[in-house]
Amino acid sequence: MSSIHSSPYIKTNENVTRMMLAVIFALIPGTLVYIHFFGWGVMINILIAIITALACEIGILKIRQRPIKPFIYDGTAVLTAILLALALPTLAPWWLAALGAAFAIIIAKHLYGGMGYNPFNPAMVGYAMLLIAFPKEMTAWIAAETHGLTFLNTLNFSLFNTLPDGISYDALTMATPLDTIKTQLSLGYTLDEVHSSHSSLFGNLAGYGWEWINIMFLIGGLVLIFIKVISWHIPVAVLGSLSIMAMLFNFADSGSYAPVSFHLFGGAAMLGAFFIATDPVTAAASTKGRLIYGAGIGILIYVIRTWGGYPDAIAFSVLLMNMAVPMIDYYYKPTVFGATGKS
Amino acid sequence: MTMRLWKIFGGLKLAGHKTMSMEDATEATPLPKILTLPLKQHIGHAAEAIVNVGDKVLKGQMIAAAKDYVSTPIHASSSGTVIAIEERPVPHPSGKTTDCIVIETDGEDKWIERVENANYRQLDASALRNIIRDSGIVGLGGAGFPSFIKLNPGPGNMVDTLILNGAECEPYITCDAMLMQEHGRKIIDGLNIMRHALQVERCIIAVEDNKRAAHTMLVNALQEHEAEYIDVVQIPTLYPAGGEKQLIKTLTGKEVPSNGLPINIGIVCHNVATAAAVADAVLEGKPLISRYVTVTGEGIEHPRNLDVLIGTPLNEIIELCGKRSEANQYIIGGPMMGFEIADTNIPVIKTCNCILIQNKKTEAEFVMPCIRCGQCAAVCPAQLLPQQLYWYARAKNFDKTQDYNLFDCIECGCCTYVCPSHIPLVQYYRFAKTEIWAQEQEKKSSDIARQRHEFRQFRMERKKAENEERKRQKKELLKKVSGKKDSADDAKKAAIKEAMERVKAKREAQSAIAKNTDNLTEKQKKEIAEIEARRKKAKEEN
Repeated sequence: MSSIHSSPYIKTNENVTRMMLAVIFALIPGTLVYIHFFGWGVMINILIAIITALACEIGILKIRQRPIKPFIYDGTAVLTAILLALALPTLAPWWLAALGAAFAIIIAKHLYGGMGYNPFNPAMVGYAMLLIAFPKEMTAWIAAETHGLTFLNTLNFSLFNTLPDGISYDALTMATPLDTIKTQLSLGYTLDEVHSSHSSLFGNLAGYGWEWINIMFLIGGLVLIFIKVISWHIPVAVLGSLSIMAMLFNFADSGSYAPVSFHLFGGAAMLGAFFIATDPVTAAASTKGRLIYGAGIGILIYVIRTWGGYPDAIAFSVLLMNMAVPMIDYYYKPTVFGATGKS
Repeated sequence: MTMRLWKIFGGLKLAGHKTMSMEDATEATPLPKILTLPLKQHIGHAAEAIVNVGDKVLKGQMIAAAKDYVSTPIHASSSGTVIAIEERPVPHPSGKTTDCIVIETDGEDKWIERVENANYRQLDASALRNIIRDSGIVGLGGAGFPSFIKLNPGPGNMVDTLILNGAECEPYITCDAMLMQEHGRKIIDGLNIMRHALQVERCIIAVEDNKRAAHTMLVNALQEHEAEYIDVVQIPTLYPAGGEKQLIKTLTGKEVPSNGLPINIGIVCHNVATAAAVADAVLEGKPLISRYVTVTGEGIEHPRNLDVLIGTPLNEIIELCGKRSEANQYIIGGPMMGFEIADTNIPVIKTCNCILIQNKKTEAEFVMPCIRCGQCAAVCPAQLLPQQLYWYARAKNFDKTQDYNLFDCIECGCCTYVCPSHIPLVQYYRFAKTEIWAQEQEKKSSDIARQRHEFRQFRMERKKAENEERKRQKKELLKKVSGKKDSADDAKKAAIKEAMERVKAKREAQSAIAKNTDNLTEKQKKEIAEIEARRKKAKEEN
């Protein structure tokens, strides 16, 4: 940026690429468990999203006449693609992941100035666009460990929209545990009734399969905190406020409101809290600001899941709080050294 | 012995690289042939030369006098002849030149007559401050602020604690550590003198806990009665624990107010080397003509500390320690807050604590955009938001940078050190500060110009008003006396009028004569008559 070189003359070996790689590595255990429960579709989505994201990144960088190498190697485009792909239904047509990734990179990232300048989390913008534009494809989830599809079967569906003989798309797809709870509760059933009528959907803590995925993402997130790639503030605030909300309502009426464990382990809470809400570019800057930002996301997740139109609360909560970031940053600055004294 | 310590916010644990330059005892460098003494080696006004080219000077002789309150004199570091007073390159990031007194040494190293004040307790504070000022002592930790000023708390300020800073938290630098190891007693003597000048009770000497030997030597040097009021304290090794504000917080739990000075909370803080210089000045009558300098880094064969005469060419002391051929980066000060120089043909000055010579140039890496990761804020000891400051400094939104307390930044470099995008953050803050100072200077000078203009306007109007007042008074005076003078006045006026009319008639007659009216046709005559009539009419109208 500048040819004048002033102190300091020593620096850490830390760089953006290493940070992004650390986040990507931390996603691996959760992703493997996800593949285990929900099939190769996860992998196919991730690959399609990464290829599309990189292609879009290179194309846009060329158009914007920016250096390509540093911005490809920084890993942000790949991370965006992975996060988006992890949020998609596992049995989905190829163009869903491709369109979402392209939208995330071109519209949400580069039209706002590229890496570091985007006010909204690109992966979540891509996800929200898909959810609104293609509600049918975006809500068609398969149940954990019930599909029996091979890698080739899944690839065939993704690319050519064909399933093996004897398996119909409608038979495979069903509502997610989160969605089920939401719909059934709104129909007047109690939580216990939902659990007994849809017992195959639920595990020990929350949704069957989902609980293990969440535990793995939780572990990955804790590692990121431990190696100081992310700070604890946002995940703790997100999960803390979500838990408090769930606890209060569940305590008041345990028949109509899902318990804390369900909210923490039944959907994408861990992925959201540790990997999505912590995207530094779109989060608040100060420590206090991050606590407010995270708490806002947690509360919104609960509100949207419980009373909103979609059960997919993470994306909208994150995007809504992204909007509030400039204001949070303005009002929550750290107290400067010496401000307590009188001058 | 065990004093409560407080934690400071942020900071970095850095590799010290200190032992490499601490293996050999400090040695004085050989007398150089040429000494170059810049007139400005401190914060404040440059000193004024009081010798001429060709003058013989003695070691310790004052050769430039303090020019203002915030200024200090300069002394000859050895005996010899002044061969030039001219601009020479000095240690400065821009490689600029300033006025220097250049002395060719005579090899005799002959001292001027010295005044020793072993009984300094009989002197009052002001006499001690004068000695310290006249000895040219400035803060030797690197800033170079005239020390006598910090020993003058001023009316209304009560000082209760005097701190000696021996933290030396920057990597590589060991000159203070060596001085504490080798001259602990002198430092304590200096501390006692400063304590006497300030009339404070409590003293603390702070040493980072990676300097065990220095701490032990200081503790051993303490006399029994001194131990009652002096605490020699080990503080955790953490950069920048030796920053003045950070050190005060660590030792007392008090925060120097934002935009304030330590004196505002009753604390005075000096560097350990400054204390030693004070002891030399008061007890032995030696002005500040030498200092400990660390010569270290990967580009040096034998890293070590040297006792260097002020004005010695930097080249010579680097050669003395053996420069490696790969050496290509020269930094004055430490790696965190020092500055790089392109040319080593410059003198050692009072504020040079370290010359760091490295093999590899810190390459200008590709700067990525800020990803707002906040690691800078987590390490900022001033508790600022470096990324926001960067954002606004880059946008030249200087008002906003001040909203985010730009001027509380101590430029320690922690934020730049940790930035994963490799943004030269501190450079942006220096730029913003310089711009704001320049703008303020501009505003100040335009304010002065406006004030001058307004005052001139006011002066003109006042003059006009005064003149009118004078006229009015004169008129009134005339009116008062007019009763007696009327007749005489009338006669005078009539005479003047008559004379004026005579002159007028004469002028008209002359102009008429001047006209060529001979041999004119009737028509011409008529035209002339008409013209004349018009002229006359016009004249009358006017």
